[in-house]
Order: sequence, then C-alpha cells, then structure tokens
Amino acid sequence: MGDGPPSIWEWIGRNWDTGRADSIRNLLTDHLTMSLVPIVIALLLALPLGLACVRWRWLYQPTSGFMNVVYALPSLPVFMLLISVTGLSQTTVIIPLTFYGMAVLIPAVVDGLGSVPDHVRQSAVAMGFTPLRRLLAVELPIAAPVVLAGMRVVAVSSISLVSVGALIGQGGLGGLFTRAYQNPFMPPVIVGIVLIVLLAVVADGLLVLAQRLLTPWVRARKGQAA
Amino acid sequence: MNWLISFLDWLREFFGDPENWTGSDGIPMRLLEHLEFSALALVLAVLIAVPLGLLVGHTGRGELLVVVSANLARALPTLGLLVMFVLLLGASSIWPVIIPLVLLSVPPILVNTYEGVKGVDPELRDAAYGMGLRGEQVLWRVLVPVALPLILLGCRLSAIQVVATTTVAAYTGLGGLGRYVIDGFATKDYASVVGGSVLIVLFALVVQVLFALVQRVTVSPGVSRRLKVR
Repeated sequence: MGDGPPSIWEWIGRNWDTGRADSIRNLLTDHLTMSLVPIVIALLLALPLGLACVRWRWLYQPTSGFMNVVYALPSLPVFMLLISVTGLSQTTVIIPLTFYGMAVLIPAVVDGLGSVPDHVRQSAVAMGFTPLRRLLAVELPIAAPVVLAGMRVVAVSSISLVSVGALIGQGGLGGLFTRAYQNPFMPPVIVGIVLIVLLAVVADGLLVLAQRLLTPWVRARKGQAA
Repeated sequence: MNWLISFLDWLREFFGDPENWTGSDGIPMRLLEHLEFSALALVLAVLIAVPLGLLVGHTGRGELLVVVSANLARALPTLGLLVMFVLLLGASSIWPVIIPLVLLSVPPILVNTYEGVKGVDPELRDAAYGMGLRGEQVLWRVLVPVALPLILLGCRLSAIQVVATTTVAAYTGLGGLGRYVIDGFATKDYASVVGGSVLIVLFALVVQVLFALVQRVTVSPGVSRRLKVR
C-alpha cells in the first residue's frame, strides 16, 4: 500500500480486474445480468397478460389490484423471504424485480392498446387483416410509445434496485456499498453510485433511441406540425 | 414443500417467543420506531415537495428541475446514498439516515403535485378567474382540490419508498423493523429474518390501505366522479 489514501482513480485501477468475484468488472457484469434479465422477462410476461386484460376486461381489475399490492412490497424483506426457496442466488433478486417490472408494464400495455383509435382498428379489419396480423402490424406499433415509456421507468428503477441485493450478498455493484460500510472508505461508494447512475442513463438513452426507431411517424408528425 | 414447513416453524418461533414482545428490541417498540422514522421522513418530504410542486405547476417555472429530480431519484441507489451520508456525517444521530430518506421521497410527490396542477383543465382555471377569484384563491379552491388525487398518489408512492428505505436503513444502524432482518441475517437467526420480513410486508400493506382510505375521504366527490353531475 502507498502512503496516504489512494485517489478514486487509483482505487478503480487497483480493483477493476483483480480476478476475484468482487472486482469492479465482475460486479458490473453481475449487476447487468440481475437488472436486464428481469426487464426482459417482465416485458415478455406483461405483453400476453396485458393483451389478455384488454381481451377480457374483467381480468384487468383483479390483475392491476394484485400488481398494486406487489409494487408496494419492500424489496429487502421480499428478498429475505425468497432466500428459503431460491437460496442466496441471483434468482432471489431477479424474481422480485421481474414482478415490480410487471406491475409497471401490464398497465402500460393495457393503456397502450387502449390508445389505438377505433377507426384505425376498424380500417385494419376492413382491409382484411387477420386478428394476429392486426395486432402485430397495427395495434402493437401504436401502443409502442406507451409501453416503451413504461420500459424506461422499469429499466432505471431495476438498475438501482439491484444494489439492495448486496444485503444478501447478491447486489452487483451494490457490493461496493457494503464493502465501503464495513471498512469505512468513500471511493467504493462514489464509484458504485456513479456507475449505477451511468448504467441507468445509458439504458434510458437506448430505450429513447429504440422508441425513435420503432415509431418514426411520431417525429414525422411533429415535424409537420412545426 | 420443505421450505414451507421451516417457514412456518420460523414464524412460530419468532412470534411465539415472549421475549420478542417486550423491551427496546421487542416488536411493539420496533414497529413504533419504523412508523416514527417513516412518518418523519414522509412529513418532511411533503412539506418540501407539495409547496414546491404547487409553485412550479402554477407558475410554470422550474419544470426542468422537477423532471430531472424525478429521474435522478429513480436512478440513485438507496443503499449507496445511505452509506454515503453515514460515512460523510457519522452515525451519531438519526439525521445522516433521515436526510437521504427525505431526499428520495421528495421527487415522487413533487412530480405528481406539479403534474396535477399543470393538468387542470385551462377552461376550469379561466372560469375561476372569470368568477372573480384571485390567483391565490384559484390555487387553493380550484387547482389544489382538482389536483388532489395526483398529489395523494405522489404521497402514496413516496410512502412505499420510505417504508422500504427505512428497512434498508437498518443496515446503517437505524432502528425499526429492519433490525430483525439485518441482525437476524448477520447472526443466521432465520426466525428473526422471516418474522421481521413478514412484519414489514404487513406494515407496507397497511400503509397502502390507509392511503386508499385517505384518498376516499379527502378527494372531492365531484373530482373523483363518485357524484354524478347532470
């Protein structure tokens, strides 16, 4: 060890790739896995569930009620309760985050599909679109902006929530916070917070980009209006 | 189904132990602490966020600040913020922990208050001015009642956040129900972990129900459409 406390950059250099499980690089990889997997699964589950809620209206009330309850559950006790089922694994963090994601995405899918104007739907029917093709080619693209807005919320909050998992030893970059607390030292905290916020900003930016690419007509219309 | 049996055993062990019901680390005391810290943080957040949100929504100044704060609060890791404040300010009092709790619960209330006031039908606002109400009267007698559902939604989201963060804050030494979970985990006392977790989950659900009731009582029937106007 050198004399005096190392600077943040020195600390990063020394801990970036130590070959151990808690090197910053490995924590970053874990963090990405535990935040991205729930986002993807939540979307894959929310789409059919949202569709079902639109198709069978009576399903929506109980589903959204249940999801409201899920959303209100604090993450730490849920992780703790899951330990007895799934152990001290990444799955224990991934499952609750998936549910939180669904709590945001199911209403987004329902609202998105609800925003499809009736005349558009009827035109598609009149043009001879089969229900499946109508869904894929007309309804989902129109719903995309609302769903993607939900995805942005889910992505950013999942990325920051993963760090709570550090309290059960599975927190990705959150591990830097527990390390810094046990051995009072500021650089890991700063590095952890900055990296997590950066990840969130990048994920958010990518989703904004996806929205632009998936819904070119939104910008075209704005251009016309101006 | 093995886990279910041990789960029930842990619950019985935790709630059946008379020692867990008395003293400074008994359930009633911890519950009260959790309520105290959460309520303190939430009240401070409301005192900061509601006036600020009303001001920004009413005047239209500082909108960018509101939106940025909301996104930032969502991205900031609570555990990191807690550890940072405790390392910076020391753990001599509860404030190094309460400050981040308040910081994280301001944005949801701020954004929703702002959105609520901003979303008021301009015709309604004009009608109020047309009836001779002054700016301040329009704010309190028209904008606030109409925006109330969103303001309360913001408070509810913040309450969810505060209850959860107060739990995490036990890691940095705060009292409350999180203590059972954190201490139990550290000493491999799973009865305490499971019992504490169940208590926190119940606590969070009760808070939800309370907010739903408050909304029922305080939102004007005309605004919530419970009263059919013909």
